[in-house]
Amino acid sequence: MIKLTIDNKNVEVTKGTSILHAAKSVGIKIPTLCYFKLGDMPIENRPGGCRVCVVEVQGRRNLAPACVTEVTEGMVVKTHTIRALNARKTVLELILSDHPTDCLVCAKSGNCELQTLAQDMGIRQLHYEGQQSHYREDTSPSIIRDMDKCVRCRRCEMMCNEVQTVGVLSGINRGFNSVVSPAFEMNLDHSVCTYCGQCVAVCPTGALTEVDHTNAVIRALADPTKTVVVQTAPAVRAALGEEFGMKPGTLVTGKMVAALRQLGFDYVFDTDFAADLTIMEEGTELLKRLGEYLAGDKTKLPILTSCCPAWVKFFEHQFPDMMDIPSTAKSPQQMFGPIAKEYFAQKINVDRKDMVVVSIMPCLAKKYECSRDEFKHYDMPDVDYSISTRELANLIKQANLQFETLADEEFDQPLGESTGASVIFGTTGGVIEAAVRTAYEVHTGKKLPKLDFTELRGMEGIRSATIDFDGLPISIGIAHGLGNARKLLEDIRAGKSTFHAIEIMACPGGCIGGGGQPLHHGDLSILKARQQALYREDAGKPLRKSHENPFIIQLYKEFLGKPLGEKSHHLLHTSYFDRSKLPIYIQAKDHE
Amino acid sequence: MSSIKVELKQCEIEKIKEICQSFNNDPGELINVLHKAQGHFGYLPAEVQEQIADELKIPVAKVYGVVTFYSFFTMLPKGQHPISICTGTACYVRGAEKVLDEFRRILKIKVGDTTPDGKFSLSCLRCVGACGLAPVVMVGEKVYGRVSPDGVKDILGEYSK
Ligand code: SF4
Ligand code: SF4
Ligand code: SF4
Ligand code: FES
Ligand code: FES
Repeated sequence: MIKLTIDNKNVEVTKGTSILHAAKSVGIKIPTLCYFKLGDMPIENRPGGCRVCVVEVQGRRNLAPACVTEVTEGMVVKTHTIRALNARKTVLELILSDHPTDCLVCAKSGNCELQTLAQDMGIRQLHYEGQQSHYREDTSPSIIRDMDKCVRCRRCEMMCNEVQTVGVLSGINRGFNSVVSPAFEMNLDHSVCTYCGQCVAVCPTGALTEVDHTNAVIRALADPTKTVVVQTAPAVRAALGEEFGMKPGTLVTGKMVAALRQLGFDYVFDTDFAADLTIMEEGTELLKRLGEYLAGDKTKLPILTSCCPAWVKFFEHQFPDMMDIPSTAKSPQQMFGPIAKEYFAQKINVDRKDMVVVSIMPCLAKKYECSRDEFKHYDMPDVDYSISTRELANLIKQANLQFETLADEEFDQPLGESTGASVIFGTTGGVIEAAVRTAYEVHTGKKLPKLDFTELRGMEGIRSATIDFDGLPISIGIAHGLGNARKLLEDIRAGKSTFHAIEIMACPGGCIGGGGQPLHHGDLSILKARQQALYREDAGKPLRKSHENPFIIQLYKEFLGKPLGEKSHHLLHTSYFDRSKLPIYIQAKDHE
Repeated sequence: MSSIKVELKQCEIEKIKEICQSFNNDPGELINVLHKAQGHFGYLPAEVQEQIADELKIPVAKVYGVVTFYSFFTMLPKGQHPISICTGTACYVRGAEKVLDEFRRILKIKVGDTTPDGKFSLSCLRCVGACGLAPVVMVGEKVYGRVSPDGVKDILGEYSK
């Protein structure tokens, strides 16, 4: 243990602790910009570059950056001397001298760490005027890169390279022109970017933001010729409240439904319904492949989940030799589309071209997923617009709805009915738990004695458990974060994997930590609270197994036939494409 | 950084593999690998960088990051007569900037670019150790001292026959 004092407080911490964390342990906050850490997960960015965190250390001539300076025995640290405060101000003013000042109309306003720092430090005037760097804006199906607003903290680079191991983003150029960019300054849509949005989730400024579809949605709602149907992903209800000042983990399912109805959606449905449908299809596929495996064809397992579009794009780029391992089931978002436009539209006598399907997602990859060609029919996307949890919050604010005061309302039927199994799709471990509940009962013909598979729950990056299918041990793997997924995939490639079924989600924590969720600013307790909220919602549902959803049963009876049947195959399953060889596509220069 | 499109021949791919192997395909040796590759190809087109990334098993964005960080790496083939202008302190003080402007004006290219006919390319150097002759210009191996903007035309004339 190392003993030191910070602002005259005695502190005792383990060797190797930074001044920043030592201070935090006694409730002293030091401002930071480039530094980022997601709770106790192995997700950390500390390039020590911005020097916003400088403090005074007795006996040292220079100020020390708190995030990268380790404590030493007897150290005397002062975090808010005039000298430290002035140095921080200067550093910040220099950063601001090469930053646009259009805060009022910036998508990140109110949530921007740079803006907060400027306010907290009382910056009222910019003393340094200089040339500003200019870059071309890069718009992809999901993400906008506006590098004029980049402060070169390189958090995005850390997320993309170390956590996701996608490797799209890298610091390029030097000095004034340095910025974070894909190779050859190509646009994101020419790169292997998965659109997981984790770079957006950690960017402190407005340099990385989502493509905003709220105006398109408003136009659709205002068009009297359109029937506008909305579906809401499970993770949204556990996070939306945060945008209105509610405690993380507050479930706002009923208020969200009420708000959507007031916004003018004709039918407020639930992606959870489609998640139950996913379980019917994916679970049946699991059992089919398990049967073939048990009959001797060892190539049939493991089966991997396929409901995360970022994960799908990841393996299409990086593991094209293994494309028949994931399930062919579409994601719930993309199952919902054709069910709404083929089945429900018919039921209510609406031409599919007059129906607009909007999805509310915790996710940025879902925007990209909507744009994939195989999810378009008659030249129209099955899901027209996907907006994030954050965009929905903006929409609600624009409409002047007092979200906190709305009385709870219920989803519409039939596509709004769901079971507890589908609610937990929003967290790591949830999809496979939902699949197990159904697969177990279908396979064994017996009722499950207990529905909570706590052994599948948690936050560790890679987890495993064995579930007893009435004498048949089924070995299950779970990974969240694409770097963890990569490890499991490499094991499979090397023939070392012993799992029968694996669940993969691209985002740390699963969709509760998606790139479209309210920003967590590194606070892992927020993700954990959202996770607990989903398990609470599941526990409180009268039906908790997908195959018991009465409207799913009806859908198969009236329309689909049976899982993996002809119609399901056509509407609910998909195929994957080898994207390993990308042409180099060099645009005009980013900057001059 | 602009670039031209090239298609690597099998023997060039082999050459890149060989260069990487000579550094045990160690990503830590990226700078040395790039040096050797530029020595061989004369420049580092995107396709060469991709191949190197594949061999060292690192993202191509990282390779590009290093190529753009160090000014001695270039993604454009040098001209037949590469022109380098010293912008070290002594040369700068003695008017290297004006000389550079004149080259830019006549050749109609930016620093780091090559004329469309492939004849001249333009780059800047830090002090070349001939401060007594400032401002200094090099064309290929040949050194020109005390260059004035007016002298630029004559220098280019020597190579324009
Ligand atoms: S969206 Fe994901 S894959 Fe794409 S650049 Fe950001 S972190 Fe990398
Ligand atoms: S894009 Fe955002 S996260 Fe990435 S370096 Fe710039 S400011 Fe930091
Ligand atoms: S984990 Fe969820 S939020 Fe993240 S990319 Fe995948 S589907 Fe989207
Ligand atoms: S936060 Fe410590 S150097 Fe940037
Ligand atoms: S500064 Fe040009 S030769 Fe020294």
